[in-house]
Amino acid sequence: MTIIDKPADVPAPRSGGEKSGRLLDVKDLHVEFHTRDGVVKAVNGVNYSVDAGETLAVLGESGSGKSVTAQAIMGILDMPPGKIPQGEIVFRGQDMLKMSNEERRKVRGRKIAMIFQDALSSLNPVLSVGYQLGEMFRVHEGMSRKQSKAKAVELMDRVKIPAAKERVNDYPHQFSGGMRQRIMIAMALALEPDLIIADEPTTALDVTVQAQVMDLLAELQREYNMGLILITHDLGVVADVADKIAVMYAGRIVETAPVHELYKRPAHPYTRGLLDSIPRLDQKGSELYAIKGLPPNLLKIPSGCAFNPRCPKAQDICRTEVPPLVPVTERDGTDLAGRGSACHFWKETIHG
Amino acid sequence: MGRYVARRLLQMIPVFIGTTLLIFLMVNALPGDPVKALWGDKPPDPAQVAQIKHDRGLDLPLWEQYLHYMKGLFQGDFGNTIAGNRPILDEITQAFPVSMRLAAMAWTFELVVGITLGVIAGVRRGRIIDTTVTFFTLIVISVPIFVFGLGFQLIFGNELGWVKPTVQDSESFQQLMLPALVLGLVGLAYVARLTRTSIKENRSADYIRTAVAKGLPRRRIISRHLLRNSLIPVVTYLGTDIGALMGGAVITEGIFNVSGVGNLLYLGISRREGAVIVGIVTVLVIVYLLASLLVDLLYAVLDPRIRYA
Repeated sequence: MTIIDKPADVPAPRSGGEKSGRLLDVKDLHVEFHTRDGVVKAVNGVNYSVDAGETLAVLGESGSGKSVTAQAIMGILDMPPGKIPQGEIVFRGQDMLKMSNEERRKVRGRKIAMIFQDALSSLNPVLSVGYQLGEMFRVHEGMSRKQSKAKAVELMDRVKIPAAKERVNDYPHQFSGGMRQRIMIAMALALEPDLIIADEPTTALDVTVQAQVMDLLAELQREYNMGLILITHDLGVVADVADKIAVMYAGRIVETAPVHELYKRPAHPYTRGLLDSIPRLDQKGSELYAIKGLPPNLLKIPSGCAFNPRCPKAQDICRTEVPPLVPVTERDGTDLAGRGSACHFWKETIHG
Repeated sequence: MGRYVARRLLQMIPVFIGTTLLIFLMVNALPGDPVKALWGDKPPDPAQVAQIKHDRGLDLPLWEQYLHYMKGLFQGDFGNTIAGNRPILDEITQAFPVSMRLAAMAWTFELVVGITLGVIAGVRRGRIIDTTVTFFTLIVISVPIFVFGLGFQLIFGNELGWVKPTVQDSESFQQLMLPALVLGLVGLAYVARLTRTSIKENRSADYIRTAVAKGLPRRRIISRHLLRNSLIPVVTYLGTDIGALMGGAVITEGIFNVSGVGNLLYLGISRREGAVIVGIVTVLVIVYLLASLLVDLLYAVLDPRIRYA
């Protein structure tokens, strides 16, 4: 009996060496938009990092700069009016902001892929899904039309779209919302990128489908050992899949923490407000908490801590001094790994 | 699809009857008498006038004349001219190929140059090329076409001598070039503007952002993703313009002495030849209707969301 020493056809799990370590490091990133009304400061010094296989959830209201940060990483900001006056986006040791357009284009889709919120408008209505999926292989790998179509069917199978072979020539409007989002995921996954940025991937879906799509995403991420940046304003989605969380407010990170710690003990009044405004069954009947006021106008961000006009704990210092993101420690000074808060009164917030 | 086309073709019948009736009535409402005009400046002989009118059925009530005319039309008889008594069908079949050739050239010119300019302007919005295209197309749209016709004739024909100032041989591709250019100029301006606006609008669409995020080269994004989504309004215009180019060449054909439909129509109007005018318009109406049907069918090709049942 001969022993056939042949690797199986299924893609072997990636070896640790190839994809481990720090994938992405965003350092002091600033993004502004020059408009007729003035300079909109959308992102004001964001720092975060993602390792291979890790999921970072970026949390925040609309206009907090979470999507703009992602688009800056992706290199799909409209410039002008967008501008990156400061900062670094280091991907696998290379600052992408210093790359040429062509180098960046080659990273896009192949190494870093993005999943958008509304799959219906994000897919081209006049091209079949098979064509749009296959395009990844045709452009980046130079495959033929026929090969790429076969690959597209494979991908659709991979994201569990039933009858993939029959549906490969269908158009986006012929699919249901959940299926369309699966196609978006398949497209992002096509070339097995190192990092996927998912910009509110489930917001446009109904709740049952949301869970399915998130599970699929998490499963594929584990399998390919990809880094994942999950942008969302849905705290429920985050809890299950994320490893760590960065909470953004007015273009700044106000709190970072490993996911469960954040839920247990928030160290920033804004995070606390967000957590308190989740509807809870055990508090049925009582009034739902809401953070007072509106997110700030990015044309004129309040002085000091941007959250101060809405903060229940605001003091004089909050109106004058911008709180830096400082490490958060236990009461006795022991380090809490990965935790940080940009609040003058983080001690009172977490321990009080 | 087949049922849709059949329904559309059936819908053409009332449109066809309506337009021919309208033109028929309007021509009859025109002042002047084509029969009396045969005598020129001399006083016509009333007996002879009555005789000719009787022979040609012009003394019948209007509705009877119309029925008579339509009956002939369905048998392929467009009637005869009053002056010369020649079959109108012969004149039309002589003039139509010339106009068709001219219109086809002008149309191709509109399509190719117009869309190209529109795409470039739309993609580079706000830049010099965009401003230039917008500015010059506005001029072309606002200045009457005879100005360009006479101007180009003078410059390219008489002064520079690149082409013959007037068309002597309507079969010659070369001689038709200049009139075709003048004829297509306005359409070109509209096509360029429509394309530009449409491209500009779609450029910020979500699926274009996706295409960029996929790492596609710029050329591919424009040609595969942007252009096809932007072409629907342009196709609408180009489709209806086929008819306009064929019938609306009166001025251009006059300037360059092209013996096409426009010229024939002009002669018909100036001589009060009702049957000639109605005959030409009838054919043009059919061209218009078919072109718009073609456009509607093209929509479904461009956009799979549009389906006809």
